[in-house]
Amino acid sequence: MSTTPTQKPALLGIRNLAKAFGCNLVLRDVSLEIAEGEFLTILGESGSGKTTLLRIIAGFENATSGEIWMGSERLDAQPPYRRRVNTVFQNYALFPHLTVEQNVAYGLRVAKRPNAEIEQRVADALEKVKMTAHAGKKPSKISGGQQQRVALARALVNRPRLLLLDEPLSALDANLRRQMQVELKSLQREVGIAFVFVTHDQEEAMVMSDRIALLRSGELEQVATPREIYSRPATAYVAQFIGHTNLLRGEVRNGIASCGALSWQAALPDGPALFSLRPENIRLSTGATSNNVVRVAGRVLQQAFHGATELVRAQCGDGLVLVVRTASSDLTREDVALEFCPADAIPVRESPERN
Amino acid sequence: MFSRSYKAAVTVPPLAWVLVFLLVPYLLMFCYSFWSVSAAQTIVHSWNLENYKELLQKSVYWETLLRSIGIAARVMLLSLLLGYPLAYFLSFYAGKRKDLLYQMVIIPLWVSYLVRAYAWKTILGSDGVLNTLLQYVHLTSHPLDFLLYSPFAVVLTLTHIYTPFTILPIYASLEHVPRNLVEASHDLGATPAQTFWKVIFPLSIPGVVAGATFAFVLSLGDFLAPLLLGGPSGIMISNIVVSLFGAAYNWPLGAAISLGILVIVVSLLFASERLEKKWSFS
Repeated sequence: MSTTPTQKPALLGIRNLAKAFGCNLVLRDVSLEIAEGEFLTILGESGSGKTTLLRIIAGFENATSGEIWMGSERLDAQPPYRRRVNTVFQNYALFPHLTVEQNVAYGLRVAKRPNAEIEQRVADALEKVKMTAHAGKKPSKISGGQQQRVALARALVNRPRLLLLDEPLSALDANLRRQMQVELKSLQREVGIAFVFVTHDQEEAMVMSDRIALLRSGELEQVATPREIYSRPATAYVAQFIGHTNLLRGEVRNGIASCGALSWQAALPDGPALFSLRPENIRLSTGATSNNVVRVAGRVLQQAFHGATELVRAQCGDGLVLVVRTASSDLTREDVALEFCPADAIPVRESPERN
Repeated sequence: MFSRSYKAAVTVPPLAWVLVFLLVPYLLMFCYSFWSVSAAQTIVHSWNLENYKELLQKSVYWETLLRSIGIAARVMLLSLLLGYPLAYFLSFYAGKRKDLLYQMVIIPLWVSYLVRAYAWKTILGSDGVLNTLLQYVHLTSHPLDFLLYSPFAVVLTLTHIYTPFTILPIYASLEHVPRNLVEASHDLGATPAQTFWKVIFPLSIPGVVAGATFAFVLSLGDFLAPLLLGGPSGIMISNIVVSLFGAAYNWPLGAAISLGILVIVVSLLFASERLEKKWSFS
């Protein structure tokens, strides 16, 4: 990758952040660095604490313990209106009594910038999000997608050092959402401001992010680039949350991993082990045997058509069901042979139950 | 969805009520206002505009009406000044005590109007609680007589009685201000004071208008407070109407004045409804 975020200077440092509502611990010991100009996605299920984390960065909630640094100053000691951080809210939170233009000008007005500068910057911001034609309208008179753009312009016009986005696309329908994902990503490249984007949609996270921070029950499970988090998931939870996977629970003995009818070489210490094997890394065998692959016979249980690909569930011996992703084909056989490379079975940590 | 007889059963009684107890009396009043009273104190059913002419010519009616409007305006202003901060505190900062404080706003409404008006009489009178206290601490050597039987006493009493009526709609509109707008305002760099004036207050205007209308309209038509506490200088237009319908036995003139007040009040209600609509965004 050409841009390795970790080489850029850190913009925001979150250190050992914890948050409790009463005796309900929503964030525990979260530490995270956000680089200048980075697109970081906080990904998690509902209730994982991702919105709370965002609200603490924005200043709407106080952390129970821990620190947030922006450069050399403590961000968490400042009230929200002094932080050079702006937020795009989940349902946009546009001021209903102000026009689109007045909404965008709001931040500059309260900062008492000169009128000429306000007009220029507001015009530029509206231009950037293609909303110039709607400048005089009230928010209730424009569509959800347009409100989304106005919310974006209203935040970016202040030139924040960091933009927080709280599930901004979740209210849009699927097509518009895909379109906005692309637009948002290219806008972020263009303005060069660091984005922290919160979502529960793993696909969205994969498409847009430089890095993904996966949050589970208030704790960071893994922070990595989309490619790395997909190909080298750290835990069973990550492997299952991002894309489809086959989790193989097995036993390693003398460098050989075994799981039901399968066995392959694995350079791991002896003991129980857990592997993630992506469906696309399993092939339907063509019959030609090659070395260094694990082969197993299976019986097709179910086929699900997904357009370009097909997911096949196959029973391989007692208790082991593998999901295989194949190119769409007219698979009519019931008995198949499956094969995969041992290197594709990625050892992952167990994800302990938490609540 | 509902049967005809069910619909009739639920709609006819209230409509009949409105017809018999509101529309018919209004119509009667309207008729009376064009009739007159003979020297023998009987109603003469001859149509004429004499009552309205008298109304426009005699300054006592005008002056009393203007004084009533003045008193109602002061009550409205004081109720807003007292009610808004309380409603704002209730909605934004009361936290767990919200329900309790809300009940405390409502409880005075359970106490009879008459009792509350008399309470002010015992407080403001020359032997009253306030004068006794002021003399006891030697702030004054003799009772202050402007306290009772004055427009001041009427304004004070009416403000006390009608402030809850302004608090409730203001509170309701503040409760409807989405809290994420307040957060968005802070997020965009606005201080709490800027946020109040640029976001919270504009969005609470419908409640302010509704509350102001309640206080003004109810005060304008009040006759008990001026009767009990107003004295000669605190007479309001309703007192004149009451005496015209009672001792003076001039129903036609009383009806004409009533219709005049009705026209003022109804146009005010229309104006306030338009204002509320203009500032509603949900």
